[in-house]
Amino acid sequence: MKDLIKKLVEAFGPSGYEDQVRAIIQAEAAGKADEIRTDNLGNLIVLKKGSGGGERIMISAHMDEIGLMVSYIDKKGFARIGNIGGIALATLTGSRARFADGTIAVLYNEKDGWMGPGTLAECFIDTGATSPEDSPVKVGDVACIHRPFEELGGRLVSKAMDDRIGCAVALQALLDMAESPNDVYFVFSTQEEVGCRGAMVAAFGIEPEVAVAVDVTLTGDIPLAKPMSVELGKGPAVKVKDAGMLAHPGVKKWMVATAEKLALPYQLEVLTGGTTDAYTIQTSRDGIAAGCLSIPTRYVHSPSEMVDYNDVLNSVKLLVGMLSAPVSW
Amino acid sequence: MLLKELSEARGVSGNEAAVRELLLKAVENTIDKHCIDALGNLLCLKKARKPAANPAAPQKVLITAHMDEVGLIISGFNADGTLRYEKVGGIDNRMLLSKQVLVGEKAVPGVIGYRPIHLIGRSGIEKVADMSQTAIDIGASSRDAAAKLVQLGDYVTFRTSFEVLTEDGLRTAKGKALDDRVGCAELAEALEGEYAFDLYAAFTTQEEVGLRGARVAGYSINPDVAVALEGTVCDDLPKERDRDLSPVTELGKGPAISFRDGSVICDRRLVTLFSETAEQQGIPYQYKRGAVGGTDAGALHLVREGVPAAVLSVPCRYIHAPVSIVSLQDFDNAARLLKAALTKLEGGLEA
Amino acid sequence: MDTVALLRKLSQASGISGYEGEVRDIVRQAIEPFADEFRTDTLGNLIATRRGTEPVSTGHSIMLAAHMDEIGLIVKDIKDGFPRVTDVGGIDYRTLLGQEVIVHGQRDLPGVIGSRPPHVLSAADYEKPVPWDMLFIDTGLPQETVTQLVHIGDLVTLRREFLELSEGYVSGKTFDDRAGVASLAVCLELLASMKHSWDVYAVSTIQEETGLKGATVAAFGLNPDIGIAVDVGFGAQPGVSENESIKMNAGPALAIGPNVHPRMQARLSATADKFEIPLQKEVIPGGSGTDGWAIQVARSGIPTAVLSIPLRYMHTSVETMHIKDIERTGRLMALFISGLDDAFANELGLEGGKGAA
Repeated sequence: MKDLIKKLVEAFGPSGYEDQVRAIIQAEAAGKADEIRTDNLGNLIVLKKGSGGGERIMISAHMDEIGLMVSYIDKKGFARIGNIGGIALATLTGSRARFADGTIAVLYNEKDGWMGPGTLAECFIDTGATSPEDSPVKVGDVACIHRPFEELGGRLVSKAMDDRIGCAVALQALLDMAESPNDVYFVFSTQEEVGCRGAMVAAFGIEPEVAVAVDVTLTGDIPLAKPMSVELGKGPAVKVKDAGMLAHPGVKKWMVATAEKLALPYQLEVLTGGTTDAYTIQTSRDGIAAGCLSIPTRYVHSPSEMVDYNDVLNSVKLLVGMLSAPVSW
Repeated sequence: MLLKELSEARGVSGNEAAVRELLLKAVENTIDKHCIDALGNLLCLKKARKPAANPAAPQKVLITAHMDEVGLIISGFNADGTLRYEKVGGIDNRMLLSKQVLVGEKAVPGVIGYRPIHLIGRSGIEKVADMSQTAIDIGASSRDAAAKLVQLGDYVTFRTSFEVLTEDGLRTAKGKALDDRVGCAELAEALEGEYAFDLYAAFTTQEEVGLRGARVAGYSINPDVAVALEGTVCDDLPKERDRDLSPVTELGKGPAISFRDGSVICDRRLVTLFSETAEQQGIPYQYKRGAVGGTDAGALHLVREGVPAAVLSVPCRYIHAPVSIVSLQDFDNAARLLKAALTKLEGGLEA
Repeated sequence: MDTVALLRKLSQASGISGYEGEVRDIVRQAIEPFADEFRTDTLGNLIATRRGTEPVSTGHSIMLAAHMDEIGLIVKDIKDGFPRVTDVGGIDYRTLLGQEVIVHGQRDLPGVIGSRPPHVLSAADYEKPVPWDMLFIDTGLPQETVTQLVHIGDLVTLRREFLELSEGYVSGKTFDDRAGVASLAVCLELLASMKHSWDVYAVSTIQEETGLKGATVAAFGLNPDIGIAVDVGFGAQPGVSENESIKMNAGPALAIGPNVHPRMQARLSATADKFEIPLQKEVIPGGSGTDGWAIQVARSGIPTAVLSIPLRYMHTSVETMHIKDIERTGRLMALFISGLDDAFANELGLEGGKGAA
């Protein structure tokens, strides 16, 4: 599964510009699903039909990543940028940006460089250009952070683990699933980082009875972390609450019961900042029972997001287990 | 349960009558004599019941426990019918928001609220609350209506019930005023014992505003030895950045024996008396680690020509807050240790 | 209806956003005699339907909404036997010190939110609030027991007895918005002895405090012709200026602003005048922060009004109000509903009854 993860995390796909990621997933899912379509907002909707008598389930993992957009090119060729989603500013100085066409640029700031910038307005990117005329990028061009996938022991590090790791888990679950009574709609959603917009319209269109987002969550296991009980390597996290939503108690129970039945490690999660696709899915139409399976991730929204490989594998097993049996709570 | 009744009785410094009545009823039948002095202290005497084994041993032993608790006092009336208040004793302002209280002799119920979070800006919420924007609300719609129910100077207590949290293990309990109603209850129990010296029990007033009751009680009784029973600081709690600081005392580790506190350096012989008694009787104990807080012993040891004094305490989490937690096991062990130490004291102190 | 008794029961029940079951049962019991049907939707809204009766139901419908959920705490971590919490809904963390709570673990555990004793603090410490990350709960139980009985994600409610103050004022937790729920009950009881031709959906909503979720989906599902949200408003209190607040014991406040349909506002106002029900006006220039904000934009849009019951110390555990304001609110809504007719439907440009479809 590592090859799949590497391919996904290294792909280019800031919010609204998920095409390259979608192409990878579509190719992998081809032939393994009953229906594959792309909706108006770019969500890739992959239906795996059930044998009947089950529920209509929506799984949502977002393809988009945080990124940057060029807003101005100054007389010396430096480009000024705006953010797409919540970029962790302190991690930008000295890192590199990559554009859809592969153009690379250095990220820096006008303040005391190594101290890190105060605001994004103080940041710029250097494409090697000396004037607007020879700039390889133009206003409106979009970049992601450039950082390759690495294995550090049992841990995997890259940009865009948020949420390509969720895409990988959902995709792998689709591939591993055998017989199921449920119609499962795997949605590889767009624009999560700017307000869970893809999932919102996908849920309206699909009208699922139950929905589970697959996304990353923060951990409380690094030095002087804020109190949070989630740790890397302790298994997938079953969300109870985040800043945007309360998981449906039934969905939470369903996830816990499945993990216990399959003897998979799991942790319960209360996240005080951030949310996932489940946030907008929950209030679609007259309400949808929604929850979230989280993959514990350190350094979220930095260029070096870290997950534990066992957590990833267990997340796949948990998801397959949930989807393969009749839903109950 | 006497401790429950004591904890729920209302007695802010200067207004300890309700607690005093309760205590007098509890000890009446075990003592020979009692009086209530000018500061409201309840002074009790239980005469020696057996001959002194050692003529050099103390003849007059004074044990004190203070009846008063921290609280509030009504300092004025607002036009909208709410009441202004001041603190009596050392209360952390940050503890006062969103609490129920009882005002005056008639125990008029009231609440202390605060500005709704919706009307507080991002920077406002990072600061401590502005206490000048708080008042006690008894539901009166005007100054006159409030004045019919409450008088200037009425004392205010927190509305907190006593409750045992668990009957197992440490047998923790929560309630208000456990500082120092635990001491009062221990002392009432100690009066049931029979000793070879005259035992004076002083249930004192106004400890929380400057150890004032104990000072005059000590003067009148003029004892050979004095012991203050206390509920004391217990900081075995999470600290910022996980700093490893002295807990002062720890819940459930037994009664705390003080070497000193902010008001007294305890008589070393009495410290040894308590620790040796505990060792001999197999009673768990701990030392108070840190000089924080003042106790009646601070006043007692300076009475007349000076008195050997010591402090025995029950660890009390969230002391001076509207609700505190103690271990009833610590409480029972403190009472046991006190009685055993008094018996040992009959043999006298080392020279 | 004994409004005080109902409010007492509602106030002392636990029902943090997302977990409103206990409250739902109480509401249902209280209004059982006055509704024709009950339904709980996917997210947990309790929808009580009272059909229009006189002369026959026109098929037009009104949705009344008041939220059952309360703000509270949830366990985010457990360290050294002390559960650490964050809020569900907006709590001023500065009001939490020294509070008693119930931890809803494997069983209900009483606890205390303590802080380090003043004796060991410096003057500087008093100048800053104890931050969220340092707030912990002491259940008085040993570490092993806590680990066994309390899990991440367990809910924690503030423990607060309902208290009757003087002059008809009452105090307790979560009058926001159980007072609104009580006013729906008052309204339904009155309607039972009145004539009304419109169908009434009295919805006790869920998860208002976490983003108006219940009202959003209930309004979509019911698609009513018009809606009224009843919530609490900032009552005059110490530390809050006159222009930030409405008067206590002076009737509900009718909102004026983009969240409110002008004709709904006019009609409610006229109803109050006609029946001499005290009614205040409250200007809300944007989001009302109530269920009404969600109802208004459901599907093709719904003419909406917002009523606020005056409340002091909102979102603390000593919310205080006058019991009569609940009764006045219920009565105003009942009389408003009883006066709904085809003329008003025409005024609003409603075609036929959407509810009939």
